[in-house]
Amino acid sequence: MTLTEKLLARASGKSAVRPGDNVWVNVDVLLTHDVCGPGTIGVFKREFGQNAKVWDRDKIVIIPDHYIFTADSLSNRNVDILRDFVREQGLPYFYDVIDEPEGHWKFDASRGQLKRQYGSGFAGVCHTALPRKGHTRPGEILFGTDSHTCMAGAFGLFATGIGNTDAGFILGTGKLLIKVPETMRFYLEGEMQPGVMAKDVILHVIGDIGFDGATYRAMQWEGPGARGMDMDDRMTIANMAIEAGGKNGIFPADQKTFDYVDERIAANGTKSQYEPVDLDREQSFVFDRTYDVSKLEPTVAMHPDPGNRALAKDLGNISLDRAYIGSCTGGKTTDFLAFAEIVRGKSVKIDTFGVPATPDVVAELKNTRWDEHSVWDILTDAGVTMTENASCAACLGGPVDTFGRLNTPMNCISATNRNFPGRMGSKESHVYLASPYTVAASALAGRITDPREYLG
Amino acid sequence: MAKTFTGKVFVVEDNIDTDQIIPAQYLTLVPTIPEEYEKLGSYALIGLPDDKYPVDFVAPDSTKTPYGIVIAGRNFGCGSSREHAPIAMGAAGVQAVIAQSYARIFFRNSVATGELYPYESVERLPDVLKTGDEATLDFDHDTLTAQGKTYQLKPLGEVRPVIEAGGLFNYARETGMIAAKA
Repeated sequence: MTLTEKLLARASGKSAVRPGDNVWVNVDVLLTHDVCGPGTIGVFKREFGQNAKVWDRDKIVIIPDHYIFTADSLSNRNVDILRDFVREQGLPYFYDVIDEPEGHWKFDASRGQLKRQYGSGFAGVCHTALPRKGHTRPGEILFGTDSHTCMAGAFGLFATGIGNTDAGFILGTGKLLIKVPETMRFYLEGEMQPGVMAKDVILHVIGDIGFDGATYRAMQWEGPGARGMDMDDRMTIANMAIEAGGKNGIFPADQKTFDYVDERIAANGTKSQYEPVDLDREQSFVFDRTYDVSKLEPTVAMHPDPGNRALAKDLGNISLDRAYIGSCTGGKTTDFLAFAEIVRGKSVKIDTFGVPATPDVVAELKNTRWDEHSVWDILTDAGVTMTENASCAACLGGPVDTFGRLNTPMNCISATNRNFPGRMGSKESHVYLASPYTVAASALAGRITDPREYLG
Repeated sequence: MAKTFTGKVFVVEDNIDTDQIIPAQYLTLVPTIPEEYEKLGSYALIGLPDDKYPVDFVAPDSTKTPYGIVIAGRNFGCGSSREHAPIAMGAAGVQAVIAQSYARIFFRNSVATGELYPYESVERLPDVLKTGDEATLDFDHDTLTAQGKTYQLKPLGEVRPVIEAGGLFNYARETGMIAAKA
């Protein structure tokens, strides 16, 4: 069996499953956030009763992250709905914006967007925060009310996005009926050339198989190229399985995975036992292709979908109005370090916004020093408008006062994961997806630029 | 008598993602709050680019659409997992979407909520139908008839009773998968 089949077989109490089987799986973690949490809670109460209790308090993780730093009153209210539910149910894993368990969240627009407005428990973007807080354990089954939940597959678990109704069902029962997907294998060989990042690998692959090339399927990543990647790179790739329509993305767990996971579990005191699954010698794939990543070049997904692939070096005629780095897939510490490597000592030519995925990323950028300067200062000195308010921000547009949102038609290059019309705000805008390196080089040049022009 | 629905069609192309069905700025509305559910209907398909889709799906002062059937190409409902997408369409009065193919989560959310019937067409219908055409959907024979021609649709199979029951929870109770409401 493939990794996904082994995980689903075990979680459904069967010795074996095959693609197409419908199985009831036991859920290890349910994730929700401020956009879909209130609706999920509404479904749960409507269906199981106003006084119903969730199936297992320790298996629910609630991370407000989408519309936080906005004066929009419904957005602020939605965070309060989460807090009320957490208090009522006694849920231990709620990463609130504020510290007062009985308080109300209200964003203070008069203090501006750049300075921190969250308390000590806030965790930032849910998919990046989950592993950082020790909630991604190899071998488990994780559902989340967000399509990028597939990012957790980087840690050797089954993770996929669901709607409010399914999530409400899980809240009450701890189970979900799902179809076992076929598995596509992507076998990575070689080492990436300087200037090429994990983001280029996934954009290349989506361009290859198409924006619906993995619909209803698992994307399994193997080979020396996958083993050589650190956890941040694996997350970048697993995150975007959904951009090819995939049900989940998955990497085999190895020592790198265990080291990361164990450290985070110890730091946050989450459940420490887990049981990984190994690769079988006999696996059956619906698609099996080998990619030599040493041949890849900086890659861009052009407007209007993540499968519309081109090479950065061929797009120099596209002038830009804005550059953006942030989100679950592109707002990790390593993403900002790569960005800083390019812009260090130079000045961006266009409006450039940086949104760290989590408060930890803010701290790491401020504490990492290159010569005399922190990386945070290197970025701001280059003209990047950095906010300490870690969140999803303009990756998905959001309320009109969202930091970095495209409120007028423009061309934007972005280290995020999705570029359908209107995704970042204005539906007349064109969004180009690229790696942090390529976004940085393009910010310096004001047009789409191959980052190798700036790397020694 | 066969179960049918007759109404006007609204035609879209490939790859209509959930941001075009319900833009992210409206996700502050909580679908289980009745007045916010109604409001979601008024924003259904408001994210479609105006140059490609000059006709309003829902009139600016309304929460309901005159188009009961949406005709689409490949990969309808791709992108975010927001259940607000089928809900906004259902709240606006859409009975069915007929697409060449669906993104997984949209299809599942349509069934789980029971908001609309996500039919797959055998042939590509956006090339032969235009917005405003009158059409009749026959649920028992899995056909769409418009402009004097009948088009075969793929049977909904095991998901049809779930939608007919009104979604996952009702179906699960009817079939004894979960206990009846107290």
